[in-house]
Amino acid sequence: MSDRQAERETAAQHAPAAAISFDGVAIDFPVAGGASYPAVTRTDLKVGAHEFVAIVGPTGCGKSTLLNVAAGLLAPSTGQTLVFGAPLVGLNRSAGYLFQQDAVMPWKTARDNVAISLEIAGTARAEALERAQGWLKRVGLSAFGDRYPHQLSGGQRKRVGLAQVLIRDPKVLLMDEPFGPLDAQTRQIMGNLLLDLWALDRKAVLFVTHDLEEAIALSDRVVIMSAGPSARIIGDHAIDLERPRDASEVRLLPRFHELHKAIWGQLRAEVLKAYGEDAG
Amino acid sequence: MNRVTLLLLQALVAVVAIGIWHIGSSVPIGGTYFLPKFFFSTPADVATRVWTLFADGTVKIATCTEPIDLTRLINISAPCFGKTVWQHLLITLIEGLLAFAIGAAAGVAIGFWLARHPLLSAIFDPYIKMLNALPRVVLAPIFLLWLGLGIWSKVALGVTLVFFIVFFNVYQGVKEVSPAILANARMLGMNERQLFRNVYWPSALSWMFSSLHTSVGFAIIGAVVGEYLGSAAGLGYMIQQAEGTFDTTGVFAGMVILAVFVLIIDWFVTLIERRLLVWRPPSAAGQG
Repeated sequence: MSDRQAERETAAQHAPAAAISFDGVAIDFPVAGGASYPAVTRTDLKVGAHEFVAIVGPTGCGKSTLLNVAAGLLAPSTGQTLVFGAPLVGLNRSAGYLFQQDAVMPWKTARDNVAISLEIAGTARAEALERAQGWLKRVGLSAFGDRYPHQLSGGQRKRVGLAQVLIRDPKVLLMDEPFGPLDAQTRQIMGNLLLDLWALDRKAVLFVTHDLEEAIALSDRVVIMSAGPSARIIGDHAIDLERPRDASEVRLLPRFHELHKAIWGQLRAEVLKAYGEDAG
Repeated sequence: MNRVTLLLLQALVAVVAIGIWHIGSSVPIGGTYFLPKFFFSTPADVATRVWTLFADGTVKIATCTEPIDLTRLINISAPCFGKTVWQHLLITLIEGLLAFAIGAAAGVAIGFWLARHPLLSAIFDPYIKMLNALPRVVLAPIFLLWLGLGIWSKVALGVTLVFFIVFFNVYQGVKEVSPAILANARMLGMNERQLFRNVYWPSALSWMFSSLHTSVGFAIIGAVVGEYLGSAAGLGYMIQQAEGTFDTTGVFAGMVILAVFVLIIDWFVTLIERRLLVWRPPSAAGQG
């Protein structure tokens, strides 16, 4: 434990820059009548080069909006995003993005969906297919390469999506409630798969979820966002649970409950606030 | 319901319909026929006529001294052009296929182009709507004037029908690509050309293929209606000739041949569709 901490500290000193760094990022959406809706107010957040950070918050708080800014799909109204120290212009080329919705191409087989990531970067088709098969094996789908997405279950489609993103070996992984539509058991299995794959090279991860347990089970840090409008970061908790973790068994540890209690106390008020806004 | 029962019930509908037709036209009830032969012919006569048309037609082709090849078969001025039913069918088929190919190609190209250029699409919108609202039959005489009595005036009529179906579907297909799939493809690093190949194109084609039955059907309709309004060959011409001499049996025989012809083409389309849309979930593919 102390070794890891020391390691982290030295890493922090020598690390050139954080993988993602939001620098006073604010996002306003134009609404009818020329007014604008302040979705997220000035936010500063750093995600270390090998850090797994989860963002938790009530529904509609702008978590996904923030993620889209990190991806370069959305430009912030003020402030800027730094990717490994360089200001982000256009799409974030060093990031892989796993979407909440099904985003694999329904007209391609699982193997082609994974291989296309390499093909568009200029890899020859034969090699791309071979490496795609390797990744399908890694996500537990080696026998499903010839299936089309509609012939796969929701969890299997997520696995294809994960392989599709990871085969490019992005330095940063952005995940927008990736396991949201799955059932509870499948979510824990996918959580473990993600942890196993992440442990290979510890990419920087920004993981958006509304499920606090999932956030604690997976990440190094849990960031809490307040209810919108004008959402902001209201809490930042280090998760000092030992790794490697098992996403389902870690939930039984006493430390997990302490952390959960501490963070939930803060999150609960915001969730209630969000529901109050909805009701009003 | 199992397959056999279903087939039996389907056959029963045909038997009942033909039975009523037969009784009405051949069995006097109270001294009168409620489906007089002059207006309705009889099932037996129609069946015999269809048989004779094909048999004679085959004999004509077989005894023809000219070499039988495609260009001769559809060449109206060739000495061997006996206007057998086979030639009529072939000509209608060729007109339909040409109309489909040209109409679909134009529909895909222009659909794509306008979907990717919102400004152009906005400019052309009223004109496209106007042309689409126009009943295409009124164009037939114009095409006859422009393109003559040969196959091209029929092809042109078919093209105007097929084009709009394919155009609207491709336009929709490009416009309605799932935003998640598009964003994902962009994040994977696709440039515009790659997006076109891997996302827009398959999406647009899937929409086009889901309307394949309709557009192929309209290509044939264009050909037959064109022939009916002015030509020297084709199924539509056959029917029109029979009608001109009050030959009800000939009209019905032409209709039967046309119906079977369209059924066979539809069956081919289903085969093609199944191959091309293998990635579609069965429920969605079935809607087309």
